[in-house]
Amino acid sequence: MNGITDALIITKRQLLQLARVPEVLIFSTIQPIMFVLLFRFVFGGSISTGAPGGYVQLLMPGIFVQTVAFTLAATASGLAEDMKKGLIDRFRSLPIARSALVFGRTLGDSTLNIVVLFAMGLTGFIVGWRPSSGILKISLSFILLLFFGYALSWVGIYAGLSARDARVVQNVSFLITFPLTFLSNAFAPTTGMPKPLQYVAEWNPVSTMVAACRELFGLKIQFGVTANSFPSSHPVTMSLIYMVIIMVIFVPLSVRKYSTTANR
Amino acid sequence: MKSVIAEDLVKTYRKGSVKALDGLSLDVTEGTVLSVLGPNGAGKTTTVRILATLLAPDSGRATVAGIDVIKNPEKVREVIGLSGQYAAVDETLTGWDNLVMFGQLYHLGKTKSVARANELLEKFSLTDSARRPIKTYSGGMRRRLDLAASLIVRPKVLFLDEPTTGLDPRGRQEMWGVIEELVKDGVTLLLTTQYLEEADQLADEIVVIDYGKVIARGTSDALKKQVGGERLEVIVEQNQISAVAEIVERVSGASASIDEGLRKITAPVSSGSTALVEVLRAMDTSGIHPLDIALKRPSLDDVFMSLTGHAAEDQVVEVAKKARGGRP
Ligand SMILES: Nc1ncnc2c1ncn2[C@@H]1O[C@H](COP(=O)(O)OP(=O)(O)OP(=O)(O)O)[C@@H](O)[C@H]1O
Ligand SMILES: [Mg+2]
Repeated sequence: MNGITDALIITKRQLLQLARVPEVLIFSTIQPIMFVLLFRFVFGGSISTGAPGGYVQLLMPGIFVQTVAFTLAATASGLAEDMKKGLIDRFRSLPIARSALVFGRTLGDSTLNIVVLFAMGLTGFIVGWRPSSGILKISLSFILLLFFGYALSWVGIYAGLSARDARVVQNVSFLITFPLTFLSNAFAPTTGMPKPLQYVAEWNPVSTMVAACRELFGLKIQFGVTANSFPSSHPVTMSLIYMVIIMVIFVPLSVRKYSTTANR
Repeated sequence: MKSVIAEDLVKTYRKGSVKALDGLSLDVTEGTVLSVLGPNGAGKTTTVRILATLLAPDSGRATVAGIDVIKNPEKVREVIGLSGQYAAVDETLTGWDNLVMFGQLYHLGKTKSVARANELLEKFSLTDSARRPIKTYSGGMRRRLDLAASLIVRPKVLFLDEPTTGLDPRGRQEMWGVIEELVKDGVTLLLTTQYLEEADQLADEIVVIDYGKVIARGTSDALKKQVGGERLEVIVEQNQISAVAEIVERVSGASASIDEGLRKITAPVSSGSTALVEVLRAMDTSGIHPLDIALKRPSLDDVFMSLTGHAAEDQVVEVAKKARGGRP
């Protein structure tokens, strides 16, 4: 029981940080909002989709997924920063479960996602995004997005603890997330890609997440379905499987790494 | 009763190429202060981190408050306080936020955590800056807050890693005052330092370490005796040397060494300042005015010189070389 309370105190610490330095919250919200506007008005005119309501309907799921995917980077660099400052040493010398800090941090970073997703959704609505599936399915898709961010946050823990230098962490996590988000169906049809890449894109967890959201938002069409493969016909299931796989691998790995890693 | 026992600790880094601890042993008697004195890279931080369960040794044993640090780290963490070499607090949060958070992590509950935070802020003269982010604190304030954080639950054993390094003389003085008060309250303290003066001021016993090994241990008086205690040095005109040497020897009660070239007379003295005044008075009566007169206290350098035959300064370079591209 104490373990959960401890983790929540760590989560609260991150929320308190946001309250003390509100700029962080403001800028981590402005950036995805800016993406929504840029993609909507820069590409919106040139990418023909055939979707009723236009490109923005297909775009929003892509941007949502991209944004939560960057939780990986946020977690990694936040943790690396704590290591650099020696804070991790202090936490590790406290009589709390060693998993409390990592659980607390993943939860904290995911909580921030709630605010960000809300702001993006609102912006999207203003510029024409109209999900047609009803409140239940829309809520489900947001829950899916939050869980996806949470799962990737665990990868971030591992990345943050593995990097030798705090400055490297940011680069490494971009190195993971950029290909992941662009080698997908998030912003453009995968049918334009070379054949081998199409398969990568189709099985990419980002693609299945985007497809899952599109389905849950009530869209009838997807970007570039190459075949009737499992991920394109069951995107929600496939996404859930991916999340389970990520967590099963990275939760124990990260907790172990945390209890043996020293400060730098 | 021994509160801390370390036996034959060995710790290597980089697959054995850097030997941080090379069979280090020490112990601290309950309710006393042990100071671990050593130059950069001697292994002070490594020792503290092993005792505070943050690092596992390659071999050796250690207990804190009778609990094995390797087998029962969770139990050890319940009875220790640690303030590392660099203040480890959340810089974006305020001093108050930090202390309340740590209080809650010690499972004090919200109300008690708040009460304890206020109490500690008061005790460490931080009440006025309690609501400011740590980012805006001076080095001394940060250090004090870091120390406060390690005292939230009165620890049985407290580890302080170089608590005054980087502080100005006033900050150091304040820190010493705070630490002395803790000691009066009966905490067992292991403190590392690079300054003999600090060990002198605070410790009941001192161990000097070098290359990850204990090279001397004893009370500060004993160590100083080993290096010769205080010395009086007088420089006079050539023709006054023998007269002054006689005065110095009479006051010191020991034979003086004379450096003819530098016209310097040196002799060990036990009560330094009294001796200084006496010598000056006697010289004045004889109408001799010294060119220079000084009381030399043994420094860490002197201790090192006499114990190892090399200066503490050389050490840093050698260790850095040994680490081959390792941390400076
Ligand atoms: N993570 C590490 N990787 C490699 N070498 C290390 C590491 N940590 C410490 N060392 C080496 O171990 C030796 C002892 O280091 P330690 O930090 O214990 O010294 P210290 O006495 O605390 O020094 P200082 O006064 O500079 O704080 C040094 O040679 C140091 O370079
Ligand atoms: Mg050190």
